[in-house]
Amino acid sequence: MLSRVASSIYWLNRYSERAENVARFIDANYQMALDLPESTSSQWQPLINTTGDHELFEKLYGEVTREKAIEFLVFDRNNPNSIHSCVRAARENARSVREYISSEMWEQLNTFYLMINSAAKEDSLDLPHQFFADIMTASHTFIGITDSTMNHGEGWHFGRLGRLLERADKTLRILDVKYFILLPSVDYVGSPYDNILWGALLRSGSAFEMYRKRHGRIDPKKIVDFLLLDLHFPRAVHYCLDAAMSSLQHITGGRRGTYSNKAEQVLGRLLADFDFASLEEIFEQGLHEYLVKTEAEILDVGISIREVFFTPQIADHDSATVMRALE
Amino acid sequence: MKFDGYNTEGFYDELFDPQGKPRSGADLLIERINALPEAELQRRQKAAESSLLNLGITFNVYGNDSQTEKIFPFDMVPRIIQAEEWQTLEPGLKQRIKALNCFIDDVYNEQKILKDKIIPADLVLSADGFRKPCIGLKPPGGIWCHITGTDLVRGGDGEFYVLEDNLRCPSGVSYVLENRLLMKRIFPMVFDACSVQPVNEYPNRLLDMLQEIAPLGVRSPMVVVWTPGMYNSAYFEHSFLAQQMGVPLVEGSDLVVHRGEVMMRTTKGLERVDVIYRRIDDDFMDPKVFRSDSMLGVPGLMEAYRRGKVALANAPGTGVADDKAVYAYVPDIIRYYLNEEPIIKNVKTFACWREDERKYVLENLDKLVVKAVNESGGYGMLVGPHSTKAEQEEFAKRIKASPRTYIAQPTLDLSRVPVMVEDHFEGRHVDLRPYILYGSSDIYVMPGGLTRVALKKGSLVVNSSQGGGSKDTWVLNAEGGRSPESPMPKEEGL
Repeated sequence: MLSRVASSIYWLNRYSERAENVARFIDANYQMALDLPESTSSQWQPLINTTGDHELFEKLYGEVTREKAIEFLVFDRNNPNSIHSCVRAARENARSVREYISSEMWEQLNTFYLMINSAAKEDSLDLPHQFFADIMTASHTFIGITDSTMNHGEGWHFGRLGRLLERADKTLRILDVKYFILLPSVDYVGSPYDNILWGALLRSGSAFEMYRKRHGRIDPKKIVDFLLLDLHFPRAVHYCLDAAMSSLQHITGGRRGTYSNKAEQVLGRLLADFDFASLEEIFEQGLHEYLVKTEAEILDVGISIREVFFTPQIADHDSATVMRALE
Repeated sequence: MKFDGYNTEGFYDELFDPQGKPRSGADLLIERINALPEAELQRRQKAAESSLLNLGITFNVYGNDSQTEKIFPFDMVPRIIQAEEWQTLEPGLKQRIKALNCFIDDVYNEQKILKDKIIPADLVLSADGFRKPCIGLKPPGGIWCHITGTDLVRGGDGEFYVLEDNLRCPSGVSYVLENRLLMKRIFPMVFDACSVQPVNEYPNRLLDMLQEIAPLGVRSPMVVVWTPGMYNSAYFEHSFLAQQMGVPLVEGSDLVVHRGEVMMRTTKGLERVDVIYRRIDDDFMDPKVFRSDSMLGVPGLMEAYRRGKVALANAPGTGVADDKAVYAYVPDIIRYYLNEEPIIKNVKTFACWREDERKYVLENLDKLVVKAVNESGGYGMLVGPHSTKAEQEEFAKRIKASPRTYIAQPTLDLSRVPVMVEDHFEGRHVDLRPYILYGSSDIYVMPGGLTRVALKKGSLVVNSSQGGGSKDTWVLNAEGGRSPESPMPKEEGL
């Protein structure tokens, strides 16, 4: 397939996944803040940090308040990672590959965009839970439509690759930011609030119910284990990397444990790391350090994918030119 | 909403005769619309519009930053063409494109028609669409214009005339296909009752034709649609056609000429391209041959084309034949190459480069439509009866300064079709653009085509960029629709 088309499908999936994650962060945070004794705006600073755009926020808004945080994360077109910007970017990418994806996929993304666009025109910032739920549903609907209307060929795998890398990155970030906020809150240890806060972390990853089924009691270490190393929970980092690898190998025709290009090498090494990781070792080297290192490695995977598939150099491909001619 | 108060106001109406009675073939439709419950038609129109928006069936407007995408307004009352009428239009269109194609081939090769002084050589060679680099080109099968969209209008006398030949990259066919899809969803019962010729064969026909023109020896040719990009006003259509044909949509940056062949950059390296349906102007195709500042083009493309390594549809240089000055000579062109009388007439055209005709034009600016020969899309036009004195003086100045660039035509009483205006129907002027595919084995004319309608009251400009909309166009089958006596279906509505 065309490199440009592969790139657009990859990115439209990343952006729609990003929008979904931002919506989930805000919703979980919003709900949590309502449960806390004093409604403090300090709950919103970490959220901005999660997206990695705190410097831009400070430049545009200064102090963090709930209203400012929501405006910035949901509607601000100057924030490239606001929900509005993400859905717009997803749609623009989809528009450039409309002929390749199914009409149903395009229609869903377009409707998604029109929904956010019309919400952006309203003045009221009084956003009910339903608004965020609608965003998450729109993204899930898009995934479902994609799975059931598009050939599960190269393009679909590029899409899934983008989506899963994005999701892994977001789970790492939310874990990184929240864990260190929650740990020192000794005041709350053993109180009902403890459960509320840890519950909110799980909810930020839509993980609460599945965690309960797997581990039962709220236990910080088990939560980390679940969000990082679980192989069955679809938002766990390990799951994401495992599935991303399988998509990458569908694209290249490669096998597990081998590599034929930089992208496979970097992702394969990272996945192997997760395959054989243990929670004890992670805490030994420091959770924060581990998360930051993994974030950087996922970034590397993204860069390698771009180099190998999206912006290939012609000189590398002289031998490939005869490919079609030989058919 | 009913047709009861509808008035044709002395214009030729496509659905009603001068007495206000439905024309034969339209009666069934009128009857069904009249039978709809109050406000039902408006409801369906709203549903259609929101469906267009959700589907993103839009066009981009130049120089309008805030909202660059608009839906092409769509009116639900279809335009109906009788089978008998179509039976003269179709051969007429084929005849015209055959002759124009001969003309282009001749102009870039032997130039017999110029030597025989049927049409002034300087007029042709100075045409905006004349491309010197095309001299000596021999496209496969001698076909230059594979895809044409000819603009027809019906005058007050009820006759069809050719208004313009669009031989470069005519757009709009996607709207025909989408409009039909929409109408079938909204009015299934009318389709069932009338016998309408299908249009959805077009993408298959287009693909067949494109595969046919592949370079010799290529067994399963790689066909692509080439778009200038998603900010082009017709991007939706480029993408739609690629999707319907199941072929890649490429941009200039996806293509590269490598070792003399045109290749596209894929995730698995370079892949050869055999046929390009290009939706980009000649000027921007190859910076080595045409405009050197083109960022959209592919350096070396023309060389590959000349060597027969890749096929282009349409061939470069076809614009020489849809020049509005050349238009005036098309009847002569038809006689010259085919030795036949034109089946569809030209609109009477005054050439400002002929002294006597220019004199007439300058004296009658308030009655004529003046057109710059190198403009399209409804730009560079003076509609005499709707113009101010100042505008007329401005055009008089321009005509005197550069007579070669202007033609004038009498103001036509374009035929009208009812459109929905709030809660009633009013007549609006329409034109018709049928699409023609010229393959090596045959010529296909899509039954019907795009009916564009000037939605502004009294306006004669149907272009989408200037407040035009579109309608579905129904060409009825020769055996006629279901007889009016047949029982009405029980279901509500149409």
